[in-house]
Amino acid sequence: MTVLVYDGSLGGLLTAIFDIYEYKLSDASVRKAEETSYSLFGQTRTIHTDEEKAQRVWKKLEDKLSRPALGQFYKTYLSELPGIEDPLIRYVRYVLSAKGSVENDYSHPDVLTVQQTSRKVHREKHRMEAFVRFQLTKDRLYYSIIQPDFNVLPLIRKHFTDRYADQKWLIYDSRRKYGLFYNLEVVEEVEMEFAINTADPSQVAHLLDEKEELWQKLWQQYFTSVNIPARKNMKLHIKHMPKRYWKFLPEKQPVKDNRIDPPAAA
Amino acid sequence: MSERLLEKLSILADAAKYDVSCSSSGSNRKNENKGLGDSKGMGICHAYTEDGRCVSLLKILLTNHCIFDCAYCVSRKSNDIKRAAFTVQEVVDLTINFYRRNYIEGLFLSSGIFSNPDYTMERLVLIAKKLRTEHNFHGYIHLKSIPGASDELMHQAGLYADRLSVNIEMPTKESLAVLAPDKKREDMIRPMQYLKTAIEENRDDQKTIKKVPRFAPAGQSTQMVIGASPENDLQILWIADQFYKKMKLKRVYYSGYVPISTDNRLPAVGTPVPMIRENRLYQADWLMRFYDFKAEEIVTPEEPLLDMEIDPKLNWALRNMNQFPLDINKADYHMIVRVPGIGIQSAKKIVSARKFSTLRWDHLKKIGVSLNKTKYFITCKLDENRKQFDPLQIRQMLLAEAASKYKANFSPQIKLF
Repeated sequence: MTVLVYDGSLGGLLTAIFDIYEYKLSDASVRKAEETSYSLFGQTRTIHTDEEKAQRVWKKLEDKLSRPALGQFYKTYLSELPGIEDPLIRYVRYVLSAKGSVENDYSHPDVLTVQQTSRKVHREKHRMEAFVRFQLTKDRLYYSIIQPDFNVLPLIRKHFTDRYADQKWLIYDSRRKYGLFYNLEVVEEVEMEFAINTADPSQVAHLLDEKEELWQKLWQQYFTSVNIPARKNMKLHIKHMPKRYWKFLPEKQPVKDNRIDPPAAA
Repeated sequence: MSERLLEKLSILADAAKYDVSCSSSGSNRKNENKGLGDSKGMGICHAYTEDGRCVSLLKILLTNHCIFDCAYCVSRKSNDIKRAAFTVQEVVDLTINFYRRNYIEGLFLSSGIFSNPDYTMERLVLIAKKLRTEHNFHGYIHLKSIPGASDELMHQAGLYADRLSVNIEMPTKESLAVLAPDKKREDMIRPMQYLKTAIEENRDDQKTIKKVPRFAPAGQSTQMVIGASPENDLQILWIADQFYKKMKLKRVYYSGYVPISTDNRLPAVGTPVPMIRENRLYQADWLMRFYDFKAEEIVTPEEPLLDMEIDPKLNWALRNMNQFPLDINKADYHMIVRVPGIGIQSAKKIVSARKFSTLRWDHLKKIGVSLNKTKYFITCKLDENRKQFDPLQIRQMLLAEAASKYKANFSPQIKLF
């Protein structure tokens, strides 16, 4: 068996698919470079991303797949799950070998895997649209740190661009070490080093706009006040707001002072 | 200054929270001229409270001062509580600053009634207008219309808001007369009727004339309190059905009554919130809106109450066993969505997948069908030695499998009078 090692980029994956067809590598497996150090058996082959090959494969997929199905392929790639390349490649083989459209054949295991993985990624995209929390700095930048389960920055770009057209903003994925920055004109992908630990509020405080703390406090107050204690349902609460996201949500931070508890039912 | 604002927010968010509607979907308002906000997509829940409810909008009252004395309402005139009122500017600032931080999708503004309905409604409209015209704000705005407000103000509200709602409060005129003697049913129906006509005319105009201003693009909704008055589910669902059909409402919300008053016209403080009943009503509502069920298929004059132990779709199926089992490889889509355990998504996948191969149980399982329910109602490939059960057996087997999280609240519907 041949293992094709690529750099983790979409272009790389598409190049690998091109080579599989070009060199008739019928039992090839594709892995990201960072995951292949333990590969002991069979031969490995390094894929050098080739934009032209990638474009040709993409074009072919565009011909064979509807837009939603193409989106599912892309989202499944963005899941970055170890080994997800194999079902993706079998999916491509199935799609390209079929005469008609098979993208809705959910009796096929790889079609189902692509559909279901893309759903997971889509849910994470939606969660990030919900759980991004901006903080305003002294130089009028609204910034937010996130650590999504999947690489969803490319997917949320349009949503935030459409919505926040009149403020500078930065959404930074601290797990994948890159972010989106909007400078009132265009959105750019940025990589950056932080001189401070952004997870430590005491190091961040002096950078923030003087009213930032007030708005966070008001939001915490609002979050406390809209709760109906008589209907308490923590299981549902945690199902919708999993704990791993809490550290980035001001409403889930311990209250420093003077939050007013809702009055007991009279 | 900030202390006072915190206190106001605590009072006026607390007073607004019993209105359960929090939807921010259904609009088509796009960001224009590099403004702030966009509400063309589906709604987003930015947080969930500890009771598990969605927080999508900044839902507040402009004031909880009120000249009315509705027994079920925390803000009723005779209730001895702290009162507060926001200024117009405070509401605008809160909305904009929360929105810029991605806390919310927009504003849901309601109010106690001070002076008179028009005076109150005017303030609500002014806030929406300021947000749209002075702040170039394209987020979602839901305005509650004050019963008895003039048509002219309703018209203005529709120009700035995405959604308008008039709360019907009680399922029937009779309950309203007992619990909200100051309010008249006509004062609620009339603005609803006005909105229905105005929305329909606006949609027609948009088809033929360019540049017609939007009018309440996300339509209108209403809410009624459940469990504070003696109506049964048949009455409630019948009324909801009428609203959907005749008033073209987008949503009817059911708010389980949270006991907040010692008034002897109401369930005592400490009575559990009828959460399971509320949940069953929403399930029934969903069946009517998305699954093509008629109200009379869900509850009947003979059985006017929703079953608290099992959901209304399962209940319907058990009453109609002559229609099952369905052959999953042949049945129509509209029957497949009626199978307990199969939702819209799964039904679509089934209909799509069976074009490619004959489906087996393991296909269904992978597609995401919950077989523990479904298996009693369908057949598929390789399924000769199928056991037959009667409805009562099925019901008991399913109940034995699932210990309901709501068990403690399985009290029958209250009888008040």
